[in-house]
Amino acid sequence: MQTQVLIIGAGVTGTGLARDLAMRGVTSIVVEKQDINAGASGGNHGLLHSGARYVVSDPSSALECSRENQILKQMAPHCIESTGGLFVAIPGDDEQYITGFAEACGRCRIPARPVDLKDALEMEPSLSPRIIAAFAVEDATIDPFKLSLDNMAYAQQHGARLLRHSCVVGVDSCNGCIQRVRVRDNLTGQISVIEAEVVVNAAGAWAGVVAALAGANIPMRYSKGTLLVTQQRLAQRVINRLRLAASGDILVPAGTVSILGTSSERVDSPDVIYPEIHEVDAMIDDGRTMVPALADTRYIRAYCGVRPLVAGSGQAQDDRAVSRGFVLIDHGEGPAPIANFISITGGKLTTYRLMAEKTADLVCAKLGVKAAGRTRTEPLANTTDARWTQPGLAPDMWLQKHDLKDILLCECEMVPQSVADDLVASIRRQGGRPSLKAIGLRSRIGKGPCQGTFCSLRLAAHLYNRGHLADPNGVEELRAFLRERWRGQQPLLWDTALAQAELLEAMHCGLFCLEIE
Amino acid sequence: MGSNKLSCDLLIIGAGMAGNAAALFAVEHGIDTIQAGQTSEIGFASGLIDLLGVHPAAEGKVLHDPWQGIAQLRQDEPLHPYAKLSNEVIRAALEKILKFFGQNGYPYEAALEKNTLILTPTGTIKPTYAVPHTMAHGARALAAKTPCLLVDFKRLRGFSGRQIVLSLTARWPNLRTTRLRFPEQPEGELYPERMARAMESSEVRAQIIAAIKPHLGDARAVALPAVMGVYHTVQILKELQQGLGVPVFEIPTMLPAVTGLRLQEIFEQHLPAAGVRSLRQQRVLAAVRQGDGRWALTVGDETGAQQVIARAVVLCSGRFFGKGLHADRQGIRETIFNLPVVQPADRAAWHHKDLLHTGGHPINRAGLAVDQQFRPVDGHGRLIHANLFAAGSILAYQDWVRQKCGSGLAIASAYAAVEEVKRSFKFKV
Repeated sequence: MQTQVLIIGAGVTGTGLARDLAMRGVTSIVVEKQDINAGASGGNHGLLHSGARYVVSDPSSALECSRENQILKQMAPHCIESTGGLFVAIPGDDEQYITGFAEACGRCRIPARPVDLKDALEMEPSLSPRIIAAFAVEDATIDPFKLSLDNMAYAQQHGARLLRHSCVVGVDSCNGCIQRVRVRDNLTGQISVIEAEVVVNAAGAWAGVVAALAGANIPMRYSKGTLLVTQQRLAQRVINRLRLAASGDILVPAGTVSILGTSSERVDSPDVIYPEIHEVDAMIDDGRTMVPALADTRYIRAYCGVRPLVAGSGQAQDDRAVSRGFVLIDHGEGPAPIANFISITGGKLTTYRLMAEKTADLVCAKLGVKAAGRTRTEPLANTTDARWTQPGLAPDMWLQKHDLKDILLCECEMVPQSVADDLVASIRRQGGRPSLKAIGLRSRIGKGPCQGTFCSLRLAAHLYNRGHLADPNGVEELRAFLRERWRGQQPLLWDTALAQAELLEAMHCGLFCLEIE
Repeated sequence: MGSNKLSCDLLIIGAGMAGNAAALFAVEHGIDTIQAGQTSEIGFASGLIDLLGVHPAAEGKVLHDPWQGIAQLRQDEPLHPYAKLSNEVIRAALEKILKFFGQNGYPYEAALEKNTLILTPTGTIKPTYAVPHTMAHGARALAAKTPCLLVDFKRLRGFSGRQIVLSLTARWPNLRTTRLRFPEQPEGELYPERMARAMESSEVRAQIIAAIKPHLGDARAVALPAVMGVYHTVQILKELQQGLGVPVFEIPTMLPAVTGLRLQEIFEQHLPAAGVRSLRQQRVLAAVRQGDGRWALTVGDETGAQQVIARAVVLCSGRFFGKGLHADRQGIRETIFNLPVVQPADRAAWHHKDLLHTGGHPINRAGLAVDQQFRPVDGHGRLIHANLFAAGSILAYQDWVRQKCGSGLAIASAYAAVEEVKRSFKFKV
């Protein structure tokens, strides 16, 4: 296979870069070892920062966030809910920080309007009545799956290719230039070779691993962040704790649910990470002081991601204090140059567009392409590939259509057969093979209170009936889907969720024997 | 309500497999019995009577001979409830319950000395002990790899003939499938219960036979999802077999299934007829031991409650799904008597990170520790109440899901507990 640019990693940066390049007439192949947004791009809060969170610790990141917040609200409104946000403090929080926060926002020209406490409680009744300070900011929420799927869909319509489940296993260089990249298809085991003029490492937390394959060194730090999804939406706005960043201090709405986060724990490797029970307990106990309902609400799912941090010279104790700005590395410079190799990592969801733009600028400089980036001014097209991740959309469409033949596969989130069929077609368009996990990733299936107990087999049976699955691996499909859901359930199993898990195991192990077969 | 006080010798709490079996065994002994509990729980039973399908569970070793497995289990896991039950007790208990099902129009088949293997809707094969007569031929056809036609129905969710056939390509090459319309059903999805009730009509059966016939070909058996009626399965199976000229059998469906509903209907109809006084759909809200040693229990629902005085109680309230146990972030408690619960030291040890971890989740072995008479004991093995017994899945030191021993353990422990109740009455009177 040959292409102008090989992009390694299909997170927000990689897919955003593919679109940016496509808009400049540059073709690319995106290789992804798992699936779209499998890393930190999928394991985050879905928060479009106003910048206020970083004004004290990292003013330059704060400014970047503030600018990108405004641009994305214009360019990708269909991925964004402009909820607004509040920063609130409770008794015991550092009053100096509160004063410093207001000043720093002023210095950075990031809007932060003091809100009367009574008004704040009227705006967000779930807030603790004990709050001592409140500021309104321009936070919003953003759907990272929709964002990446839309970016990728545009790129593919303009000549880009996406290879999912394709892992870079080797890089052949000659005279300081990458000649070939060897990629293994994780499903078939087949190795293919890609020749590209420029190779971009957009592997997020895996950037160090990919760089090492090319003989380059990026000192990465892995900081795991865990988040919890509640069954109900507890607040209309993004609620931030007004203090130096810590666990359990941001509550972000997402459609019909809320997401509490984020812990920060150093891990040795980004590969095998789980949300842990002690993180869950710490976040709930912390978060309840700000929003008391967090103490007894039902949690549906926990998930985590690894922040891709590049270790700098500073010896910060807390990984949250490492600069959240991004790192763009031209490996063509330095003592052992690799002329056509670029790495982009660090940063955050809010600044993904800027990261992609700066990377594309560098790529184009290497290719001698003159075209300028247009993602700042040209809106992101709303494609159908991405629409089913939106909570509430499937039930709305299903109720509107009122087609009794379009049977619901997932009752919790009201996802009918037609959505599954739509997703199969979209996965095929992306050159992929439909699987339970891939459909789960692209829709709300399995994300409600039953956590896949019923919809897993209904979806499998449907895919077989339609001929979308036609091999003997249905049992393996079920196992993979249920295991994936379990990762998010396991730390949250008490009360009703535990009873639900018991039913799940009674059916899938007791009756179906999935654990022994 | 509230003013009338009921009194009985034995109150059975729970209407799952253990509670229903205990109620049956108690009235067969002539014990004056009241049963309280939500009957919907038996509706989630698979209808398969497992005895011991897997041991050691950590190796996922499927047992050909459950009795040999139980003997080994008693050695390997001396705290397992089966270690407190002799083979004679287990056999007697199973025999009684299967006889009860048979007498009430729903006979079971068991190979007695060995386990039976049956198909599941995921295309896997499950070991069990006794199967409803409607599934009996499936085990034989699977063993003999008989050329077989698997019929499924459009709009029935979670059951795909193609999925089962393709998953079994290597193991049952002569299995093939066809997908038919179920007669006279409204638009929208098909519910197994609705289909089963429709199958009670001979006209519907005739239409199904006529629809299947052209697809028979060389098939020497026909498989259907488990929807062959609720009440008259013997007649329905006979008619289908006569009409098609080959043996017919059912494959289980997702839970809650018709196979659980059939048991629910039998228990609901025939336990009261056998003499059980039933406070079904009601829960035990509180329990106090009176000065005379008898239990005073508040039984009711949102609309009201009444008091029941009982000389003894058998607790068959199930686990978390049945609400016999409840867990919060801090720990697990027993919900009615606040009995001590054997449990892992903290929540981090409740579950493995892998759903399908071969060791089984430690929380599944949490529950009530009991003495040889099936009476709950505390952490030092001391008896808590002489007239409080426990049976079924609430017992500690077992993992019925992984060991495939749910019904067998429920029925046998219920039998043993009731025997002890009877003995205790003799001593005291």
